[in-house]
Amino acid sequence: MAKLESSMKNMVMSLTFISLAASALLAGAYALTKDPIEKTQLANKEQAIKDVLSDKDAKVEQPVEITLDGYALPFVIYPATKNGEIVGAAVETYNDEGYGGRIKIMVGMDKEGTISEYSILETSETPGLGAKAGEWFHAKGDIRKKNPATIKFVVTKDGGDIEAITASTITSRAFLKAVQCAYDAFMKSQNK
Amino acid sequence: MNGMKIILNGIIKENPTFALLLGMCPTLATTTSASNGMAMGLCTMFVLMCSNMAISAIKNVVPDKVRIPAFIVVIAAFVSILQLIIKAFLPALDSSLGIFIPLIVVNCIILGRAEAFASKNNVINSLFDGIGIGLGFTIALTLLGSLREILGAGSIFGVNLWNGDGMLLFILPPGAFIVLGYLIAIVNNIKEKKK
Repeated sequence: MAKLESSMKNMVMSLTFISLAASALLAGAYALTKDPIEKTQLANKEQAIKDVLSDKDAKVEQPVEITLDGYALPFVIYPATKNGEIVGAAVETYNDEGYGGRIKIMVGMDKEGTISEYSILETSETPGLGAKAGEWFHAKGDIRKKNPATIKFVVTKDGGDIEAITASTITSRAFLKAVQCAYDAFMKSQNK
Repeated sequence: MNGMKIILNGIIKENPTFALLLGMCPTLATTTSASNGMAMGLCTMFVLMCSNMAISAIKNVVPDKVRIPAFIVVIAAFVSILQLIIKAFLPALDSSLGIFIPLIVVNCIILGRAEAFASKNNVINSLFDGIGIGLGFTIALTLLGSLREILGAGSIFGVNLWNGDGMLLFILPPGAFIVLGYLIAIVNNIKEKKK
């Protein structure tokens, strides 16, 4: 078959046809992957909530949204209850001042606000540097079993009590701010 | 040309990283660890195989003057499909490569092979070219990622080789340039000696 001549009609027809075929392919792929993607995201979130709560038998209640001054998006609190009483919460928190933009974390705490565990949901931090946040705040900059009411959740460089990730102060600042917000949001929800 | 010869051509003679020096952006940016480099290589290989075959199949119905937009639409479609598949079934990979997956669309290796090979050869040979170039890219990225991970983090594929941090510089962007430079020098040296 000879190559099509570059006439106006041929060009328009060929591009239209290719675009339509590509759209059809994409629509098919989207329809096939939509459910698994939603399932994975939901499973990730549920897993994160379970992971960060210290009391593994607690029942996770319906989420509550809390807004804080200076933050556009709400913080989502998943209260954990046992026999009808609140024993703690998992808070989906974020901060936009990370080195790669938004950092989203799930923070678990008991009812006094003492941090039990955290899990990173979303980051664009530098691999090998800021992306270490997932392990760092379990190790050198351990934030677990610490309560933002008594311990300053600020990097040592800024006069706080938490050691920043080596060479990733910006990430650490954003991370700690997000944890602080989680605490503030949970306390606000309790005092309502 | 037979299939094996085309594949070897892609891995050695026209290796996209060491010989053609194409696709430098993903090469430098995603090779912070051996597994990231390898994953990026394999993703690119998948797109390259699909797009090479599709472009070779439609080469006669695409007029010359609109071939670039037509090729880009084909490539973008495959990349988007790949991204959806990764999001759905390999969430761990999605979080480690994230933004670099959609950027495969503008990887010049893929458009380059469409122009230089797929639009002039038949579907089967184009598939072999996609496999060859894709493997060459994967090998190069895995090698680069391994070296950077060993030097920078003291581990390989996430397994610690010794305790301690390693030389942080090699994980950072300058490390990518330094390691790549030495690798190209070594590969060229070996090639010269063979001649």
